[in-house]
Amino acid sequence: MNALAKKRHHKAAPLFLVLALLALITMGAAIAAPSATATAEASADDVAAGERLFAANCASCHGLDAEGQDGVAPSLVGVGAAAVDFQVGTGRMPMQASGPQAPAKPVQFEQEEINQLAAWVASLGAGPAIPTAEQVDPSLGDAANGMEVFRTNCAMCHGSIGGGGALTQGKFAPSVLDTTPTHIYEAMLTGPQSMPVFNDANITPEHKRDVIAYLAAQQDGSPGGLSLGAIGPVSEGMWAWLVLLGLIIASTVWVGARSS
Amino acid sequence: MGTKVNSAAAGTANYVDERTSIGGFVKFFARKLFPDHWSFMLGEIALYSFIILLISGVFLTAFFVPSMETVHYDGAFATMHGVEMTKAFESTLYTSFEVPGGLLIRQIHHWSALLFLAAIMTHMCRVFFTGAFRKPRELNWLVGFTLMILGLAAGFTGYSLPDDVLSGNGLRIVDGVIKSIPLIGSYTSYWMFGGEFPGTALIPRVFTAHVLLVPALILALVGLHLFLVFLHKHTQYPGGGKTHKNVVGLPLFPVYTAKAGGFFFVVFGIVALMAAVFTINPVWNYGPYDPSPVSAGTQPDWYILFVDGALRLMPGWLFGLPMEWELWGYTLSWNILIPAVIVPGLFFGFIALYPWIEAWATGDKGEKHVLDRPRNVPVRTGIGVATIVFYVILVLEGSNDIVANMFHLSLNDLTIFFQWAIFILPPIAFWITKRICLGLQRKDRELVLHGHESGTIVRHENGEYIEVHTPLDEQEVWLRVNYDNRKPLEIEPEFNELGVRRPGYKWDRRKQKLSRFFYEERVEPVSWEEYQEALHHHDHGPSAEGKAEGAEADEADARLTEEWEKVEDEQASEK
Amino acid sequence: MSTPENTPDDAPQEGFVDPGLAHHRPRRADVDPKADKRAERQVAALFGLSAVGTVIALWAYFTKDTGDGGDVATIQSVNMWIGIGVFLAMSGIGFGAIHWAKTLMRDHEMVEERHEMRSSDENRAAAIQNLKDGAEDSGLAGGEGEGAKRRSVLKGSLITAMAIAPLAILVPQIGNMGGDWNVSKFRHTMWGPGVRLARDPDGALIKAADVTVGSAYHVIPEGLNDLDHHHKMDAKAKAVVLLVRLDPSDLKIVPGREDWSFDGIVAYSKICTHVGCPVALYEQQTHHLLCPCHQSTFDVSDGAKVVFGPAKRPLPQLPIAIDDEGYIVAKNDFDEPVGPSYWERLKGDSSGAEAEEESH
Repeated sequence: MNALAKKRHHKAAPLFLVLALLALITMGAAIAAPSATATAEASADDVAAGERLFAANCASCHGLDAEGQDGVAPSLVGVGAAAVDFQVGTGRMPMQASGPQAPAKPVQFEQEEINQLAAWVASLGAGPAIPTAEQVDPSLGDAANGMEVFRTNCAMCHGSIGGGGALTQGKFAPSVLDTTPTHIYEAMLTGPQSMPVFNDANITPEHKRDVIAYLAAQQDGSPGGLSLGAIGPVSEGMWAWLVLLGLIIASTVWVGARSS
Repeated sequence: MGTKVNSAAAGTANYVDERTSIGGFVKFFARKLFPDHWSFMLGEIALYSFIILLISGVFLTAFFVPSMETVHYDGAFATMHGVEMTKAFESTLYTSFEVPGGLLIRQIHHWSALLFLAAIMTHMCRVFFTGAFRKPRELNWLVGFTLMILGLAAGFTGYSLPDDVLSGNGLRIVDGVIKSIPLIGSYTSYWMFGGEFPGTALIPRVFTAHVLLVPALILALVGLHLFLVFLHKHTQYPGGGKTHKNVVGLPLFPVYTAKAGGFFFVVFGIVALMAAVFTINPVWNYGPYDPSPVSAGTQPDWYILFVDGALRLMPGWLFGLPMEWELWGYTLSWNILIPAVIVPGLFFGFIALYPWIEAWATGDKGEKHVLDRPRNVPVRTGIGVATIVFYVILVLEGSNDIVANMFHLSLNDLTIFFQWAIFILPPIAFWITKRICLGLQRKDRELVLHGHESGTIVRHENGEYIEVHTPLDEQEVWLRVNYDNRKPLEIEPEFNELGVRRPGYKWDRRKQKLSRFFYEERVEPVSWEEYQEALHHHDHGPSAEGKAEGAEADEADARLTEEWEKVEDEQASEK
Repeated sequence: MSTPENTPDDAPQEGFVDPGLAHHRPRRADVDPKADKRAERQVAALFGLSAVGTVIALWAYFTKDTGDGGDVATIQSVNMWIGIGVFLAMSGIGFGAIHWAKTLMRDHEMVEERHEMRSSDENRAAAIQNLKDGAEDSGLAGGEGEGAKRRSVLKGSLITAMAIAPLAILVPQIGNMGGDWNVSKFRHTMWGPGVRLARDPDGALIKAADVTVGSAYHVIPEGLNDLDHHHKMDAKAKAVVLLVRLDPSDLKIVPGREDWSFDGIVAYSKICTHVGCPVALYEQQTHHLLCPCHQSTFDVSDGAKVVFGPAKRPLPQLPIAIDDEGYIVAKNDFDEPVGPSYWERLKGDSSGAEAEEESH
């Protein structure tokens, strides 16, 4: 079975290459590896280093004591290490410009620095911690249950398999297809920005892992071929008009044209 | 061997003919003429995608179980293990994952459904813009229109069959729309769903509609549509030798047997390629129907999007006034009725009746078999473009969340923009299109009277620069002068010579108003007198003048070359 | 009444002469035997390509068995290779046949006369006469004399019978299709005094302490999952609720509903008051609840009032309280029908119930 699969793959390779190019246009295909989730006890050094980093990079909005400023930035007391790891680890923080919401950007810090920041913020008040590697391991989750949890709690904003969707007034639920399991977990736990909080009573840690397993299963792609963005019938309709009808009308023009 | 085959064929033909007199039919059909043009094949795309739908649909019924009985999934697909679902959904998963090639047929079926409606609408546009709906084809326009409506019904019922979350929410919207209908709404909903939504009756009922009722009606009407095409003989584009009394083209056998027959295989092939490469309707992503979940991007297939767009466009509160009225204890939901019932009703009604509206304005009772060039009927063309703009705005509004997310816009801003655009853009589109058509007509006059610009510039002795124009050939002239120059209706006066008021005057007056809207503003085609005058004006009309200018240009060119050679020679001799 | 006619003359542009059909230009294959041969070979090659496509489809079918079906890559490759085989098999024939017709078949345009659609006067007259004769024979035309009266009774009775006969079929058929026709069921959901709130979809009960500020719970009534599938779906379609906790200082309490919430925890029906989609997109910072279908937006902090979109009415609120064990319970059913508006929405329960009684 395995050998056969390999052989097939080889034969299909040129075609897959062409298709993969097309795929890049419609969907992000990167398979992100789970990020290092060093959750070892934070040392006093880490906390001190985190405080210095915070003062230099975050305090202008959140304040030196991280208590926030009305209308500018929220208090970070009690948000926990998970929130810091998510916000800084996805590049959302530090924020570049004010807008409907802070988008993900290239990450500005090393993971070690993020951990130090997280350690300091966590020391200000109790809050959710960064999950362990085991908590976010997709292979330990039940993808079918994850599907049920995902579609009840997540799909209305992020789309049926996590491709993202629009919210009001220019806000949006981002695609989670390329998000690392740790960040997915942290987002559920902390409810960043518009997203509601899904604490462990609402979606239990096991269910959170099931959701991660469901999203990881999407990395295999769609059984039917290219997914066209997996955003539903609108993109299918567009492809039906532009590509399918387009190709066929192009051939009618050839049929109707006089041969030279 | 050849003679053997021939005699066998002759024998069979004789056998059949003696029993059916099919010879007459073959004589009638075999050399029937069809004009050749790519745009005449748009309807064929619709026909062929329907045939593909029938073929693939038969295969799908072999595996689909139209039942709302529940099972727990124990099939192959990992993210569905143990999930409670109806047999309809389970059998869809089975067809997709466990029947080799089953997914391909499903995708072929769905892609050709999208193609079917896209082709019907493109075909309708061609018929509209070229005036192919005029007498004697008004009834066939109506048949085609009904086919489009049936196509919508076929599509929507098919979309609902897998009983997934996406289509289930679509059905719920339909249920909400039906409930809004005054008096009978809630009972109609009960009638459809066999009680409260969602119930257990719907999938089997929709299945019967989808595989029996609607396709049978479509098949019957396709037969009628094609019969009328044969009866009327195909329309043709204008040109030399083509009149309202003849048809110019190539014979059904062999040319169109090969072209149209071959085209079926081309359409089938391209649909299969689409289905091979692109996922469509991945119901395994949506999951089995459950009234609680919903996903971003909950939209119907593209051909129903316009209704969804209208529903999104209509505000619940308009300038502080509620759009849902409570009258004598009863509820009247204008916020649903207007976008989902009244506007589509008027829109489709207008499309269905358009041939009669135009015939009314034109007052033309003759049979029309030569098509119009869209520019020659500016108001019709403008109406067509405005209608398309109206429709496209609704479709875009129906996709506004996707558009907003793709271009980082606010869906609220998009909705507000479209709320204004739906009133403003179609009239602007009408006006612009009409101006463009009139401009093109003027351009045609210009061409007939002054010929093509040749790009050659000539300087006269007196220093004047002019461009040489080459006259049009007789085919080009004929195309630009030979069309119906429609004028507004003249009606009899209100009072006759005895001063008695004429009955029916008011009616005629209304017709005249409509007619003026259509034909008041127009560009007259070049008349024979104008043409003659242009040809012979001051004894050197465009062609004579053109020739003279051409000759002058050649002379000047020769002189230049000569001088240039002289210079070169001098340079060479210096060396 | 005169009907204005405006049919233009057959020769609207008098003076211009129809130049007739354009001159036929021969194709390369018509004049050059080499081109003719080449075209023939191309057609044959296309037909050959079709055969190759058939082989590919069959090869893919027999060698790329889906096996366990759970393997996405395998399904993908079966789908793709059979599909590409069909594509080649079909379009090879198609392009070949068309290429044949275009390059090798005679392409001289021919002319055929049209005939007016209108039947000839004789035919029309004969048709009318036939109908008249038939009507006379049947007596439908009435005619003169004594027979006329009897026949008109016949006509009247036939029309009456024909008009009402469909009812014999339709009434029982349609009558059976609507279930029990008791539309007042729209008014009731599974919620009632003391029914606990449970998590969708697994039915775990919810304690007030579990609902932290910013949380959004998708909620079903306790016991829903014990129903059989059919009743479960019908009940769930009306009973789903969104439970959120706001900072109590953000919450504007609707007058008369002071005791419907608990310490910032509020519960609203998830069924849109527009056309019934699940309204589920909760933005915890703005407290706005957005429907993904038609984008009605409701403000949860202000009685779920409509702030944008096509809905007119706020979402119905579920009154909640905390029971002895700390679980969140409903105090009552919704006080209005959930979901989209319908004609009799404001009509009380009783009228529906009475109608129900009468119909039995």
